[in-house]
This record gives sequence, C-alpha cells and structure tokens, in this order.
Amino acid sequence: MSGRFGRSPRGMQHWLGFLLLLAVLLAIPFVAALGGQAWVRIANFAILYVFLALGLNIVVGYAGLLDLGYVAFYAVGAYCYALLASPHFGIHLPFWVILPFGAAVACLFGVLLGAPTLKLRGDYLAIVTLGFGEIIRIFMNNLNAPINVTNGAQGITLIDPIRIGDFSFAKTSTIFGVTLSGPQKYYFLLVALAALVIVVNIRLQNSRIGRAWQAIREDEVAAKACGINTRNIKLLAFAMGASFGGIAGGVFAAMQGFVSPESFSLMESITILAMVVLGGMGHIPGVILGAILLTGLPEALRYGIEPLQKAVFGRMIIDPESLRMLVFGLALVLVMRFRPAGLWPSSLRRRELSEATD
Amino acid sequence: MAEQQTLLAAHEVAKHFGGVKALHDVSLTIHRGEIYGLIGPNGAGKTTFFNCLTGLYRNEGGHFVFDGVKLEADAPHKAAEVGIARTFQNIRLFGNMTAIENVMVGRHLRTRAGVFGAISRNSATRAEEAAIARRADELLHYVGIQERSHDYARYLSYGDQRRLEIARALATEPKLLALDEPAAGMNGTETEALRVLVEGIRRDGVTVLLIEHDVKLVMGLCDRVAVLDYGEKICEDVPAIVQKDARVIEAYLGG
Repeated sequence: MSGRFGRSPRGMQHWLGFLLLLAVLLAIPFVAALGGQAWVRIANFAILYVFLALGLNIVVGYAGLLDLGYVAFYAVGAYCYALLASPHFGIHLPFWVILPFGAAVACLFGVLLGAPTLKLRGDYLAIVTLGFGEIIRIFMNNLNAPINVTNGAQGITLIDPIRIGDFSFAKTSTIFGVTLSGPQKYYFLLVALAALVIVVNIRLQNSRIGRAWQAIREDEVAAKACGINTRNIKLLAFAMGASFGGIAGGVFAAMQGFVSPESFSLMESITILAMVVLGGMGHIPGVILGAILLTGLPEALRYGIEPLQKAVFGRMIIDPESLRMLVFGLALVLVMRFRPAGLWPSSLRRRELSEATD
Repeated sequence: MAEQQTLLAAHEVAKHFGGVKALHDVSLTIHRGEIYGLIGPNGAGKTTFFNCLTGLYRNEGGHFVFDGVKLEADAPHKAAEVGIARTFQNIRLFGNMTAIENVMVGRHLRTRAGVFGAISRNSATRAEEAAIARRADELLHYVGIQERSHDYARYLSYGDQRRLEIARALATEPKLLALDEPAAGMNGTETEALRVLVEGIRRDGVTVLLIEHDVKLVMGLCDRVAVLDYGEKICEDVPAIVQKDARVIEAYLGG
C-alpha cells in the first residue's frame, strides 16, 4: 500500500480522492441534520457497523473462520461500559479506562470461544459460535438474580455518555463557532474509530500475521507444514476480532445511554456477517460498502415505503415493517445470485501488491 | 562425501490404520548432504512415512532422530521448526494468494513481527517485511518462476506449482527437504529441469528426501535409495545395487 500516495500523477489523483472523501465525511452530519437528528443517528450506526464488520472481517475474511456469534463480543463490550459507567453500581469510570478494559474483556472471551473450537471448521464452527452468542445473550438476560449484575431484560439505563473533562458527547455545544449536537459529535468520534480499524485491517492484511491467517484460510495442513502454529494464530484472529467488537459495544452503550439483551440477538450477528459477505469478504472497501448499505437500506425503506404506497395506491396496503424485511431479503438473495464474491470483491489486489513490492 | 554424518535416522517407525499396517518397523538413515530416494509401488507406505516424519500423523511405534535430537513431532509446525520442510503429493498451495505471497508465508517461521509490529509498522517490522519480500523474490528466481511472482498460485501451470511449492518449502530454511512425488504428471523436459533444480538444492547444502515413481529419475538423481513394499523396507543401497535386487524386481514386477 505504500506506493499509493506517491508523487506520481496517480498519486495526485489519490490525494484528490482522499480530500474529496474527507470533505464528504465532514459534510455528512450537517447534511443529515437537515432531515433531523434521526438521520445523523442512522449515519452513526452505519459507521458503527463499518467498525463491527471490519472487526469481524479479521476473523471471517482473513482467517476464514465462520463466526456466527460475533455479537457476543459486542455485548460484552457494551455491558462492560454500562456496568462501569452508570448508576447501576454507582461506578462512573472515564471512557478512556472502560473502552480499553471492555476490549480486553472481549478479547478474553474471544480466546475462551476460540480455544475449544480450534479443531472445528466451516459449518461446525458456525454452529458452536452461534451457540456461544446465544449463551452470552441469555446470561445477560438472567444475571439479575441472586445478585443483580445485568438487571436482566430491563437492561441498564442512564449510562454515562463519553465525556472529556466538561465536554460531554451527550449535549449540544459550540466549538469554533460551529454548533454540534450530541449525535454529530459521536459521528466524528466514530469516523475516527473507523479510520483506526481500517488502518489496522490494511496493515494486518499485508503483514506476517495477515499472511499466516490467509494461509490457514486457504489450506490449514499446508500452513502447518510451513511452520505456522495454527493454534496460536487462529486464537489471535478470534482475540483481535473480539477486541474490536468490545470497543464497538462500549461506544454503542455510551451513545445510546441504554443497553439491554435485546440489542444482541442472533439477527444482529447474522446482519454483521451479511455485511462482510455481501460487501466482499476480506476486501476492506467491500466490507465498508456492505456495512453502509445494510444499515442504510433498511432505514431508507422504512422512511420510503409508506409515502410511496400512499402516493401510488392512495392508502397503506402492506405494513411497511414486513415489506422492509421482504425487500431486504430479496436484495440479499439477488446480490448473492449475481455477485457471489460480494458487491466489491478484491480485484485490484494484485496491482496494489505489485506496487507495494516495487 | 568422505565422512558421512547422519542427518535423519528413523528407528522402527510403525503406523497402522485399523488393521492395515501402513508402516512396519521401518528404519533408515539419511546422511547429511545426500539425495535419498524412497520408492515403492502404490500403497507401499511412502507418503505415510512422510506424514509421520513431518508430524501430520503420529506414529504408533519407533521414533525419529533428526540432527542428533529425538523428534517430538506431535505438531507439523514443530517439524518445520527443527528444519524439515516438505511438499505434497497432491500440490497444496495457497491458491488465492500470489506466488510471492506463498513463499512469504514460508518465511513465517524465521521471522518475528507480531500484531503490534504489524499495526505500528515500526522500522524493525518494515525492515523485516522488506527482507521477507527480498528473500521470497530470490527463491522465486532460484526455482525459475520469478515472472509469475504476482499471479495467483491457482493460475500457475502444473510444473510451476510444483516449483512454487519447493520455493515455499525452501523459505523455511530446511536442513532436510522432503519432496513427495515432485515429478508426478511432468513431461520429459519438466522432469529434466526438476532434476537440475534438485541437484542445485543439494549443492547449496540442503539434504533431499525424495519420494518418486519415476524410477529413471530416482536412479539418476539419488545417492542412495530405500524401497518400501507393503509397509516394509525391503532394500536400502546405492541405485546400482537396488536395481539388481531380486526382491525389488519382484515387488515392482509383481513377480
């Protein structure tokens, strides 16, 4: 990747593209705010899912380990944040302590899930991880007796927002003459976090560890014969993916101010996996696209279908909620039928590599 | 080869699958710097011997002594670590990775960078990455497929895939290179080029253990040959003597 921003005419193009992207990213929260803060929140969720999908991409895309319980780590991160920054236990630690702590706990859970499943692959691994995801959710649901740890199905409320000194992410404030609402502030935080996870993904991809993951994905026996300790390298993939899930969970808890087991259902795991697969497994821009589409599309349908039906038929014929899932499912089927490698698979990879080694 | 140092000694290695004795107390000695051939009819136990040696199978009896140390080869990556690299009878490359990436994977064992090095991309990691790429490039030149460097392994021709597998194995810096039927499916020209390559590898100080069906290649290339039949070693000597051995002729001709 090092050759991408070189001093060639193509390098200039890359810079221009980069500046354009920056401008668009800066404009999004303000443009979205014109339609109401709800749209800013949707944008925030899109970026949160980019973060989650890229975390899962390490496990599924790079190491080829089919993980259907990824949401468990998201849940662990969210509950870590919720328990350590809410009136529930009366603990109010600052976010810069809890987010890394949440990541570490999620990482530990990643190893806990990874260790017994090392010999499993494909469908078998998928089933075990699916079970693991459900176990975590059910624990969250029931850990309110005999000692009330998670407050059960009611969830934990009044979670502290992210706060740096007096600067709270929950309130509207004015910086350098620009008025920013809470969601808008979270937007910029999330963009920064997403940038971080993108850099980590890119750098891991073309590294010794990244190659070892890909080797395991391609042929585990050959990888072993090449001297790769597949046990440790697979655990590492689980741990890395889980850590990112933990961070995402922490930010989610802070942003919402409320967590409950309901947010961490199997559907959530499958959606995140769908983002990775639909976008283009192992290909960073593809995964980003997948995450944005799968967050944006249902919302667009939610807001678009009702007026559309009223305009066409003059009344509501089909419940927007069910139609939304129908269109969504159909879109998934069509993409997988006509673009089985994902919407944006890595076709440029070879050219990038040849530049990198020049 | 005035004095002959032992590199690998197999002591009564035994392996069975259910009631089938795949290997029956096979003992053999490979000297440092030689090309050692392992031949035998189909199902004689050659690949099973390889798999036991490289830790893919666990042998039920006997043991290996490699470079003076008893092998605790309970995991393939440990065999690679002590210096035994192998290729596979049915080529096992990383198909969706480029040729050079395949060889770079082979450098995994002899390099250090971890996750934090990769993410921070500090100077040590960058230097190591450059060295990995350089060495991989050298090895592709060495086996003669440098122009296919950035092609996906699965798009390489059969002969080139065999060569790539050898390059990947050499990247682990082996003392013993174990080749499982490298000439299978090759035409005469390709086989001759392979012979030159294997001789070059030996000249550069790597001992070679060769499983092969092509008797002509084995007899022309190997310093010593062992013959397996029904899991038993029936002969071990220089090619000229092995060729005349009555039991070998019987095993091959089905007497």
